[in-house]
Amino acid sequence: MNNNLIVIVGAGPAGLSAAIQAAEAGAKVVLIDENQKPGGQLFKQIHKFFGSRAHKAGVRGVDIGRQLLEETESQGVEVHLGYPVYGVYPDGRVVYGSAEGVRSIQADRVILATGAIENNLCFEGSTLPGVMTAGAAQTMINEHRVLPGKNVVMIGSGNVGLIISYQLMQAGATVRALVEAAPAIGGYAVHAAKLKRSAVPIYLSHTVNRVWGDGKVEKVELIALDEHFNKIEGTEEVLDADTVCMAVGLTPMVELASLAGCRLTENGTLGGMVPLHDENMRTSNPIYYVAGDIAGVEEASTAIEEGRLAGIAAAESLGLSNEKTAEKKQAVRDNLAALRSGAFGQRRFLAKEEMVKEFYREAEV
Amino acid sequence: MKDVKYSGVLDQELLATLPGVPDAARLELGPVACIECAQEIPCNPCKEACPRGAITVEPGLTALPHLDSEKCNGCGLCIARCPGLSIFNVHKNYTETTSLVSFPYEYLPQPKVGDEVRCAGRDGLFLTMGTVHKVLSPAAYDHTTVVTVEVPKEFCMTVRTIQRGGFDK
Repeated sequence: MNNNLIVIVGAGPAGLSAAIQAAEAGAKVVLIDENQKPGGQLFKQIHKFFGSRAHKAGVRGVDIGRQLLEETESQGVEVHLGYPVYGVYPDGRVVYGSAEGVRSIQADRVILATGAIENNLCFEGSTLPGVMTAGAAQTMINEHRVLPGKNVVMIGSGNVGLIISYQLMQAGATVRALVEAAPAIGGYAVHAAKLKRSAVPIYLSHTVNRVWGDGKVEKVELIALDEHFNKIEGTEEVLDADTVCMAVGLTPMVELASLAGCRLTENGTLGGMVPLHDENMRTSNPIYYVAGDIAGVEEASTAIEEGRLAGIAAAESLGLSNEKTAEKKQAVRDNLAALRSGAFGQRRFLAKEEMVKEFYREAEV
Repeated sequence: MKDVKYSGVLDQELLATLPGVPDAARLELGPVACIECAQEIPCNPCKEACPRGAITVEPGLTALPHLDSEKCNGCGLCIARCPGLSIFNVHKNYTETTSLVSFPYEYLPQPKVGDEVRCAGRDGLFLTMGTVHKVLSPAAYDHTTVVTVEVPKEFCMTVRTIQRGGFDK
């Protein structure tokens, strides 16, 4: 061994950022992703990002993706695309599928940046063509340039639901309704304001009751909810729509972390079961690091920072550090704290802080 | 339930309390930015967009943007830089009877100068007809077009967009 080999699983914003930092520190880096194209969800993000200059604020996600890819290439990172990682062993062996069959590679450190998967809702008619996750609709319009339908009902008013509703309108669709079970809009008011300026009706304390049509979505029935989220009979309203999108949260993809023996914890704020990690993104298995949505569902900008931190720290743990390392890590942590400040970020900031405390409590046991 | 979290629409009462929105006296004096940002989110590109240092976001990254309306000359450079598309520009006394209102517009088709357009408010509902005065989309705006419409003066603080496709193509 002693190749200082760091294998990164997932080439989204976290994985790419980790790869750049680890390679810059002097590690040999192999980046593996099951998709044919790198970038994770970044190339679907055609909107300008929030944050400060340090977070590339005001730059569209797709352009941030391009910048990260260029840096990854210039750092000499070995990138394997279209290779699904099937399994990992606690000792750092990573098993993946390739054109030549199943292969494995022994890593000194592994950074898991596998992201998260969209949640679904079940309702009468939810298996009809035309019902899809919001992310699927975004892939269709922004990557494949196919409009999934002309009249859309969006379920969920978090930033994902708000932003993708806006992008569907940019692609030429009409958003007939934005439906939210809670009594208030979940995401940023500025995103909601964009929809309102285009006269999108927002139905708070409502859900989709059922959907029907001849082999595809044609009618969507909404129903009001009481304060306990019970349906209120008699409040049904039927809309003409051909597409129903679900933006009802994401769940971290922790399967590989679980296989590697990383201790998991349940954290509702961060999206469910997540691998416990310390302030360096290191899990309870010291060979394994995590970054991005696998470590708690947040945003692409936080994923980039967590990836950078994991990349720097994983290299450091192999002895690849210098007098600048501590300073670099602190700068990343400051960036993360800034992104998790304010009314929206505070809960995630506290959840992450609690997670690090739990990591050390568990470590003592 | 006037909070923006419930409707997605800022009402005049809340608007008047925002540190990025100029007061009535300043509107009389010439073009000025109107930063309709009402939530403490981590974001500050508007600060760097202003060549005159009229916009501050302090402390930290999440404070509401504050507009020094004496320094602001209504150049409009901040409009396309706001990722939330929540900055507008108002020139109330453009003529005796009309005002100019500028806003970001990222939909197709794009309007052309001279188009008669259906102007709408923060709720997207029709308010008045207006005329497209200017359409700017230089590379620096990165695909966020800034449209300026001329509208009757009484609509200068209510018109904030045009209805999608609401103009002669």
